[in-house]
Amino acid sequence: MRELFRRQPRFTAEPQSQDSPAVPDDLWIKCPRCGELVYTREFERVHRVCPRCNYHGRLTARERLNLLTDPDSFVEWDGDLEAADPLAFVADGESYRDKICAVTRKSGAREALVTGSAAIGGHPVALAVAEFGFLGASMGSVFGEKLVRAIERAVDHGWALVTVSSAGGARMHEGPFSLLQMAKTTAALARLAEAGLAHLAVVADPCYGGVTASYVTVADVILAEPGAMIGFAGPRVIEQITRQKLPEGFQTAEFLLAHGMIDLIVPRRGLSGQLATLLGHYAAAPVRVAAAVVRETSGA
Amino acid sequence: MLEAPSAWDRVLRARNAARPHALDYIGDMIDGFVELHGDRHFGDDHALVGGIGGFRGRSVIVIGHQKGGNTRENLERNFGMPRPEGYRKALRLMRQAEKFDMPVISLVDTPAADPGLGSEERGQSVAIAENLLAMASLRVPTVAIVIGEGGSGGALAISVADRLLMLENAIYAVASPEACATILWRDVARAPEAAAALRLTAADLFEFGIVDEVIPEPVSADQEPGPVMRRVADALERHLAELEVGQHRDGVDALLARRYAKYRRIGRWQEVLPAGIAANGAELLAPE
Repeated sequence: MRELFRRQPRFTAEPQSQDSPAVPDDLWIKCPRCGELVYTREFERVHRVCPRCNYHGRLTARERLNLLTDPDSFVEWDGDLEAADPLAFVADGESYRDKICAVTRKSGAREALVTGSAAIGGHPVALAVAEFGFLGASMGSVFGEKLVRAIERAVDHGWALVTVSSAGGARMHEGPFSLLQMAKTTAALARLAEAGLAHLAVVADPCYGGVTASYVTVADVILAEPGAMIGFAGPRVIEQITRQKLPEGFQTAEFLLAHGMIDLIVPRRGLSGQLATLLGHYAAAPVRVAAAVVRETSGA
Repeated sequence: MLEAPSAWDRVLRARNAARPHALDYIGDMIDGFVELHGDRHFGDDHALVGGIGGFRGRSVIVIGHQKGGNTRENLERNFGMPRPEGYRKALRLMRQAEKFDMPVISLVDTPAADPGLGSEERGQSVAIAENLLAMASLRVPTVAIVIGEGGSGGALAISVADRLLMLENAIYAVASPEACATILWRDVARAPEAAAALRLTAADLFEFGIVDEVIPEPVSADQEPGPVMRRVADALERHLAELEVGQHRDGVDALLARRYAKYRRIGRWQEVLPAGIAANGAELLAPE
């Protein structure tokens, strides 16, 4: 089982202090929710889930890929797409371009979405995984373009689409271009639906704004991790504007499940298996089988 | 010499309560308008109005955000911020347009989708997303006009159309200048600066290729609504007629293909190739 989830070396950001003496700070990690001290290596081994309170910590896109996909099956698409600066956006003397460079250096990621082909439990999929460490995985032009290309390739190949989202919403720095990515990605999903292909959306903490209000919530199945915060407006904004006291557990995955907004809450260790089961069912549905026959006989 | 209005001036004009709102335009240009109510799921949202009527010889479905002209009206209209039932009413009416092959006219004027507790509980996100999905493939011509504030996802949810038009003093933004200033600088007082940075004016949106036409306001609509409303109706007729001719000649699938292409190309990015590879894929000679 561990072998299945083994880290692929090229995706792992190794700690800087490899050959220096062990620093006590790195040895133990304090759970941000319950305060439990967890041995760091144990925390990493269970994919950053607190053994005491089941808190699900954030994963990078690469860690997410290693967790979900069959070993060595992931092939990245469009990794060379980078943000342009169409508004010539400057905030406090820092240009958007400089900001991107700084974030790239810090996070090691080039953009807020990683896409590619992969297998999950043997089922081929087009996969799109948000990178929260890159400007809060905000959706700008590159995010939208990569997602649309992934959807179009899913249609071409007759694959299902799996998205993993954890995002703060639309990216301010690209103004109206960011806003319109909501329309662009959703329009592409209309084509996926016409082709009879499934979209399974995994939602991780936190997921808000233009991302929940576009491609995520129109998925065929929405799976959330336990405790993930999911919503349209953030809780602080709601409290400020309405001056209402928000109920306990507001906007948690459990709250959304109770209100009929998501299908399933799946603990991290079970995600890959749950996706594989669902992919198997949708692949065996009559509409998909018929489409595959047409593709084969037409030689595509 | 008069100075050109700043982005912030445009924001203030777009929000001016004296500007005509959706029902004013409807009263001016739609014959025999009948307002239709309710989403058939939960309620009737007064921040988003819709109905059926005649426009220059054809039946149309009209939907629009509705702000109030004063505080009392604004409380009734929730300041033009729709709740999920508003978006679901719009969707119901758009489906009806499809059923009877009527074009959809959409009047956009909202600060944002309602950010309240009840809206979250009833699925504000999915209500917006479902409209984006439906409008992308609605099998009738659609024209949206930003008449005031085009606030973020709340505006987009009724503006994914074949043609997007904007009044000269309207704005269309990914976030309100106040929200942007709060996010970037934690200082709402810097909203005017954020307004400039966000590039939210009609001229900006036209330059970006997102808006198809800017409708001029020689005198701002808040001062003289009549001439502006007539310009809106004339522009609307022109765009609808073009779309109808196109649909008649090439079929509705061609209409949808053009709509997809319109949204598909929106975005700006760069493709950075690995060192030593030219843009045409040829390998460059390594430098000495």
